[in-house]
Amino acid sequence: MDIFLAVFVGLLAAVGTWLVVTGSLFRMLIGLAVLAQAANVLIFVSGGISGEGTGIIDKSENALGESAPDPLVQALILTAIVISFGVLAFAMTLLKKHRESEDLCRLPIEKGGES
Amino acid sequence: MTFLESASLPAWLIAAIFFAAVLSSVSQGRGAGALRWILPAVPLLGFISLLIAAIRLDGEVASYSLSWAPQIGLNWDIWVSPVGLLLGLLVTGIGTLIVIYTGGYLGDEKKRASFLGILFVFMAAMLGVAFTEHLLVFFVFWELTSLASYLLIGFYKEKEESRKSALDAMLITVGGGVALLAGILLLGEAGGSYRISELIENRDTIISSSLYPLIFVCVFLGAATKSAQFPFHFWLPGAMAAPAPVSAYLHSATMVKVGVFLLMLMHPLLGETALWHFTLLGFGTVTMLWGALVAMVQKDLKRLLAFSTVSALGTLVMLLGIENKLAAKTIVIFLIVHALYKGALFMVAGILEKSTGTRDVAQLRGLFKAMPVLAVAAGLAAFSMSGLPPFIGFIAKELLYEVKLEIPIVGWAVLIAGFLANAANIVVAGKVGIAPFLKSREGNLESIKRPGFALVLGPAILGVGSLLLGIFPGLILGDGVAAAASQIKMSPVDVKLKLWHGINLVLLLSVLTVATGVVGFLLRERLWGFGSWVSRRFGWSGKGVFRSALYGFIRISGKLTDRVQSGNLRQYFATIFVAALAMLSAAWAAVGRDVPWEIGGEPFRPELIVVVGLLAIVLGFLSREQGRMTAILLLGVVGFGIAAIFGLLGAPDLAITQILVETLTLVLFALAVYRLPTNQKTGAHRWPWRVGAALLAGFVGLLFAMLTLKALHLEVALPVSAELAALSVPEAYGRNVVNVILVDFRALDTLGEICVLVIAALGVVAMLGRSGRSGIISKTPVSRSAVLEASARFTAPIMIVFSIYLLLKGHNEPGGGFIGGLVLAMAVVLQHLADPSRKLSILTLSPTGLCVVGLLLAIASGLPGFLTDGVFLKALWGGEVTLPPVGKLKFGTPLIFDIGVFVVVAGIVLLLYGAMAGVKERNGGLRSSVDSPLA
Repeated sequence: MDIFLAVFVGLLAAVGTWLVVTGSLFRMLIGLAVLAQAANVLIFVSGGISGEGTGIIDKSENALGESAPDPLVQALILTAIVISFGVLAFAMTLLKKHRESEDLCRLPIEKGGES
Repeated sequence: MTFLESASLPAWLIAAIFFAAVLSSVSQGRGAGALRWILPAVPLLGFISLLIAAIRLDGEVASYSLSWAPQIGLNWDIWVSPVGLLLGLLVTGIGTLIVIYTGGYLGDEKKRASFLGILFVFMAAMLGVAFTEHLLVFFVFWELTSLASYLLIGFYKEKEESRKSALDAMLITVGGGVALLAGILLLGEAGGSYRISELIENRDTIISSSLYPLIFVCVFLGAATKSAQFPFHFWLPGAMAAPAPVSAYLHSATMVKVGVFLLMLMHPLLGETALWHFTLLGFGTVTMLWGALVAMVQKDLKRLLAFSTVSALGTLVMLLGIENKLAAKTIVIFLIVHALYKGALFMVAGILEKSTGTRDVAQLRGLFKAMPVLAVAAGLAAFSMSGLPPFIGFIAKELLYEVKLEIPIVGWAVLIAGFLANAANIVVAGKVGIAPFLKSREGNLESIKRPGFALVLGPAILGVGSLLLGIFPGLILGDGVAAAASQIKMSPVDVKLKLWHGINLVLLLSVLTVATGVVGFLLRERLWGFGSWVSRRFGWSGKGVFRSALYGFIRISGKLTDRVQSGNLRQYFATIFVAALAMLSAAWAAVGRDVPWEIGGEPFRPELIVVVGLLAIVLGFLSREQGRMTAILLLGVVGFGIAAIFGLLGAPDLAITQILVETLTLVLFALAVYRLPTNQKTGAHRWPWRVGAALLAGFVGLLFAMLTLKALHLEVALPVSAELAALSVPEAYGRNVVNVILVDFRALDTLGEICVLVIAALGVVAMLGRSGRSGIISKTPVSRSAVLEASARFTAPIMIVFSIYLLLKGHNEPGGGFIGGLVLAMAVVLQHLADPSRKLSILTLSPTGLCVVGLLLAIASGLPGFLTDGVFLKALWGGEVTLPPVGKLKFGTPLIFDIGVFVVVAGIVLLLYGAMAGVKERNGGLRSSVDSPLA
């Protein structure tokens, strides 16, 4: 199982990097989002994937089972997901602002191009 | 007068002169009449009080300390020593004459006011150099003189050459200053103090220290750059771009002597070693000879004088390299003599230029009739410079020859160099001080402005002074010179000065020198022709080398900056990736390269493989996709897929959060695309870049994959999560360990994270929010979707209730503040999408208000724990109630904290959405200014 997830994380990172380095500014943004996903999954997987069950203690028990997944990693990623959402929104705003100011500088002579 | 005896006198003087600087600068030419008399009086009073102090001290050293930063042992330690008094008297004495001279030289009153302002700053700095014993404070004054010199050389700032010369001078002297600072610090290291008098006591330790050669080189570099020693000399002729008073004052009489002054102070500390002896003798002799020879073939009055000043500075340094008492005595006398005649001749040069409009020696002639007084003064100075009796210059020259005859081994070489330099001095003196006033057969200059009293006073006093000092040398100079020489040698030096020594070898040399000089003067036109031939033939100059090095350096750094800061964002990202890759690879190499390849390891999960496989295909499409909307949708698919992975691997909270965030991201991206203008550049790159990018992406991917494998099988320490999981139910009363960690165990982290979120959101609002959108985007008419409106009317309230359920239930089941907050925000967003005229607010709280309230709630929940146990955010628990749908609900501070998170997250999402959708915030809530973005 490990190898599949490892390859998947690698693929996420590679596609993210590719988008960031080659794309338009918009694709760069998408690339950043993909890279954030790669980091999240990497951290998640590093907590171990062998376990059964969830990070929630059964009503009948008083503690997590032996093979339960690592709850600490989950807590870390939960905030990471929300934070990368904030960062992405910030980057998006930058892009938008950039486009607008660029437009003002260029005047509408050079319209057209890719949509 | 105890005041004059006390060593605090220099401090008072410096303060007074700084005050004069301010007075002059502020006056801006107003009250010029009164200032004309007040300003010269300041240095004059300084001169008189220093003279009285010198007589009263009679060779003793007085010291005084002003507390500056006692915590680090830094005080302004003042000492009034004979050598310092010598410099101080020159600075104030000649300074007085220069201030008067400036009054006649610079006609424009505003310009004169600012000029004198800088000049007084310089004067104060010079006194600081003369009377400061603590070397670090000394250095501050030292640098201040360089700075003032820069401003004064570049005073005619409209001229390019003037600015360039000023920069040359400053870079050279300040560069030397850096070396000096290093030397001072090393000296403090080796000698254990920064006070010269204390360092002298540790002389043996310093000399035998392994740092000594380095200290010496650093200090010498400082002195050599300031005193224009070969090969750093070129800044001094360049500095002639300054107005004449500056040339006379800074660049002949005072500032350039500071390097020599430093060496005089350092001689008791660092001197009398072979290194000192040969370095100073070598540099001094070369500078002396070079300056004299170049001076002889100059046509420009001021350049002539500048090169002869270089020669004189070389002579002084050479003398310091000769280790005997006679040399020490000669230095002091030559220093005074040179200041007198060179100051006078520079002022004469300035007057000649001003009156006739030229500095060309060949054109200046027959001026005696027009300015007889000046001619006499110039003649006196020129005679002193030539070393003719009965002028003080004669005594200096006799002493010079005497010293040179005493040098062992290399003496003859130095003697010949000195002979040539002295002969050249006569040529220079004749060309500047005598030739312009001689009658000529060719047409004499006409239309001459006669110099006023203020202009002639300086040269006259200095010229007459040269004569009087020569006639009565012992009377005026004897004791002072003896005291200064004794300070240099650290032992009493006996000084008897007289004009007539009888007929001996020295006198013979003098006669020969004069004869050679006169011949040279008569042949000056031919010499000039020869000189220009030489300089054409061997066109090397320190200035040329320095400037091409400087501008080359600037050009290279410019090119480097252009390359590194290309403005290409992709390139910056590539740099970041490459750097990260390099560092991670290094870390990888350090940790160990063995990667566990376990294909198909224990829990084989076919459903997971399906998800991963599908996602891989989607990623493949995404990497090639150029359309924006499609790319956004594909990104969403990836996000949902990852949510599925989280869910399959036992993390329901993550799966829910991810789904919610992905949904919101989709909405925001869609809004952004909707708002974006269409002229977007395509990612058209040349193929080398694409290949490089592909390689880079491949390596990053490989590294991530290997890291994943490594992380899976690497256990550095026992995970703390087991303990957290064990404590979760008994101490935190929660079964959802993830939520317990977030709101209880690691609540401080969470608080930090929501703060980061709020900051990011406020950043977005700062860029977009308040101002709404700029008017680029076309306004489409408001159109609503009836279906959306109808469904939102039912869905949104249910979602709001559900979000509260998720919040309250989250401690035991999947859910919590983050998830609940996202759902709540989504409900409001849904309502707003359906009806853009709605306010974006919850319970009359605007998104910003929600952020603030939420943060305050979260912080407030930490206070009880702080008040009872002194631990911020420590959980305190209370009673329990049973709510029908939620089940058992235990009250406690973590619940309040979670509610805070809930409110903050909802606020942030609404803030971001509002900013993206172009909603303006008004009091009490957000109101859409435009149409529905998705309609």
